[in-house]
Amino acid sequence: MTAEIGHFALVLALALALVQSVVPIIGARRRDAALMAVAPAAALAQCALIGLSFAALTQAYVVSDFSIVNVVENSHSLKPMLYKVTGVWGNHEGSMLLWVLILAIFGAAVAAFGRNLPASLKANVLAVQGWVTVAFLAFILATSNPFLRLDPAPYEGRDLNPVLQDIGLAIHPPLLYLGYVGFSISFAFAIAALIEGRIDAAWARWVRPWTLAAWCFLTAGIAMGSYWAYYELGWGGWWFWDPVENASFMPWLAGTALLHSAVVMEKRNALKIWTVLLAILTFSLSLLGTFLVRSGVLTSVHAFATDPARGVFILVILCLFIGGGLTLFALRASTLTQGGVFAPISREGALVLNNIILTAACASVLVGTLYPLVLEGLTGEKISVGEPFFNLTFGPLMVPLLMAVPFGPYLAWKRGDLLAATQRLWFAFAAAIVTVAVVAYATSGGPILAILGVGLAAWLIVGAVSELVSRARFREVGFMVGLRRLAGLPRSTYGTTVAHAGLGMTLLGIVAVTSFQSETITVMKPGDTAAIGRYQITFDGTDRSRGPNYDQLVVHMTARQDGVVVAKLDPSKRFYTVRQMPTTEASIVTHGFSQLYLTLGDETGDGGIVVRMWDKPLVTLIWLGALVMMLGGGLSLSDRRLRVGAPKPARASAAPVAAE
Amino acid sequence: MALTRKKQRLVLIGVAGAVLASAVGLVLFAMSGEIALFKTPTDLATAGTPPGQRLRIGGLVKEGTVQRNDATVAFAVTDTVNDVKVTYKGLLPDLFREGQGVVAEGTLGADGVFAADTVLAKHDENYMPKEVVDSLKAQGVWEGDKEVSTTPASSTN
Repeated sequence: MTAEIGHFALVLALALALVQSVVPIIGARRRDAALMAVAPAAALAQCALIGLSFAALTQAYVVSDFSIVNVVENSHSLKPMLYKVTGVWGNHEGSMLLWVLILAIFGAAVAAFGRNLPASLKANVLAVQGWVTVAFLAFILATSNPFLRLDPAPYEGRDLNPVLQDIGLAIHPPLLYLGYVGFSISFAFAIAALIEGRIDAAWARWVRPWTLAAWCFLTAGIAMGSYWAYYELGWGGWWFWDPVENASFMPWLAGTALLHSAVVMEKRNALKIWTVLLAILTFSLSLLGTFLVRSGVLTSVHAFATDPARGVFILVILCLFIGGGLTLFALRASTLTQGGVFAPISREGALVLNNIILTAACASVLVGTLYPLVLEGLTGEKISVGEPFFNLTFGPLMVPLLMAVPFGPYLAWKRGDLLAATQRLWFAFAAAIVTVAVVAYATSGGPILAILGVGLAAWLIVGAVSELVSRARFREVGFMVGLRRLAGLPRSTYGTTVAHAGLGMTLLGIVAVTSFQSETITVMKPGDTAAIGRYQITFDGTDRSRGPNYDQLVVHMTARQDGVVVAKLDPSKRFYTVRQMPTTEASIVTHGFSQLYLTLGDETGDGGIVVRMWDKPLVTLIWLGALVMMLGGGLSLSDRRLRVGAPKPARASAAPVAAE
Repeated sequence: MALTRKKQRLVLIGVAGAVLASAVGLVLFAMSGEIALFKTPTDLATAGTPPGQRLRIGGLVKEGTVQRNDATVAFAVTDTVNDVKVTYKGLLPDLFREGQGVVAEGTLGADGVFAADTVLAKHDENYMPKEVVDSLKAQGVWEGDKEVSTTPASSTN
């Protein structure tokens, strides 16, 4: 019965979404307050209905209702409760339901918290949000209904893919979707602005918090996915330039650009047209990611069961939204006025450079991701574009950006002084030089690029922090007054510093682990000792045991450093009985920011087992840096200016505004 | 410097053009050397492939050819017509099996042995590398959409 309720709630939500996507626009045109007021009511009701539907599916998983196809295919009564719940979105149908649920939550949030939005803008934004909801609800109901019944119902389910039976599934997809879907709000604002033919600094002030929130979630989601792949797949890598990873990385790059261009628009009323275009492109890339993962054009860990009908449906959605968005942009962009003028060397100029480089880097990732698909479609020739390609294109493009980042906050708006900024960055520059010298000495002249990379990371981190210190002006005003000045700085200033320092941390982790990790693969038997990096690993013994839905072989090892025991490790190999599928569980020990990583291969005939070991220096900084970036975004989001809200549109319209 | 809109636009276009040009240059350069072509064992046997070029080969792991020597593994990849010997140092994927589909990436040595640095097998029991499916279909030994787990050697022509 609950399944039918869930299904029915989805159909009702679709009907409401249809109303929401038409009526408010008409209301906004006619300036009819009653029609416009339909939008928030519909958005809230829709959120409740989709929430009900999601709860119904979750309930079916929790009680293991095997009369529902989706539950049979992805669950098992012996599966631990956590994975019964997370299994709801560990499959195509359920994850689409989570996708629209998050979409509806964002829509409801605009309806509930957007009180200070002008009525017509709010109505238009929610209507555009309604279009997206209609498209995806129709997609679910037509091709991916999670509530299909099975008669007769089997006694047992087929279990969830063991790789997905992990806490990572509880965190990674929801965060990623919060990011992807969050950009739909920026998109809705952009389209609404084009429909109204009016855009001003106040618009940027409304869009920025939504973009910032989506960006924070996406940052955390990508970092979490990377760490999950790192420990679960046992390959010891943290990024594979897999097309599906790229699919989440492209919206992140575009979203990062959008974040920075929205600042220019808010502060200086410039770059309007570009910001609107970026908002459209960012969400388009999110949709492209959804298409790549679900259409079956790719084979990867992430690819869901393939069904051509789904691929075609999403392709149509993709074309409608991207094509429609860009057409509207082409038709209406000229009605938006141009903003203030600025010198090339200025804060605006620095942010424009950020945008140009991020967009170019994003485009190179896009080419590398789609080129094999296009080539195979056109000529039938199969190629694989992997790490070497991206290292050679993405890497060199990002270097000038990373070098420029510390300069940005030092430059004044409108007209900056590069010489003065350079003089104020002397400390960061000296710190980078000292770091390079120390690392070169410590690694006795290691790879030159890696040493320079560490120096670049130091430049980013020290450069970000020194900007705060120089704003306090300790030297001129004394220590106590300086501290007070520091405390009085707006949170968004802290946000910038923290996010840029986080970027430096991630870079440091990447460089350290790429260049200075040690790796060994060897066959070990009980009693053997092998050396890896700074450690000696002893094979103590093995034992076999049973988990709830798997059998396992656990290997006990001890790690010593100069004869002193530093850690016990027990990597294992599991065999999931229902799916007849083996998995490898790596054992990872963290010390400081570094990690010791052990994973198992096949057993050799004579009682030995292949063991792969890594000593990974500073590897955790890769993900900690991303979390710090997210924290920076959060700080910026909590800035008083954004919380209090935007200035009244009356003030904004005092500035030259395009004729409607 | 006088801040005119025209000047601002010129600088913008100049910088954007420079970044874009370097991006295009890098992409073209990387495409000429860093892309792995997909080849089947038959492609390698018939057409001369220069040693040292980065390749991706796919097919089935030939029955009875998997040899382990410490952490190095040697096996043959077959498309049922021709075979290629592959060596690999590393952990094989959990679902690496004789008679199952596999994709290996690396370079062909002068001795005709393929030195793989990456070996991909299926992610779960339903998944087969797409290149392998296509190449098996081309050889006429694809057994529909069910698993290709039984030995296809009997269908050698």
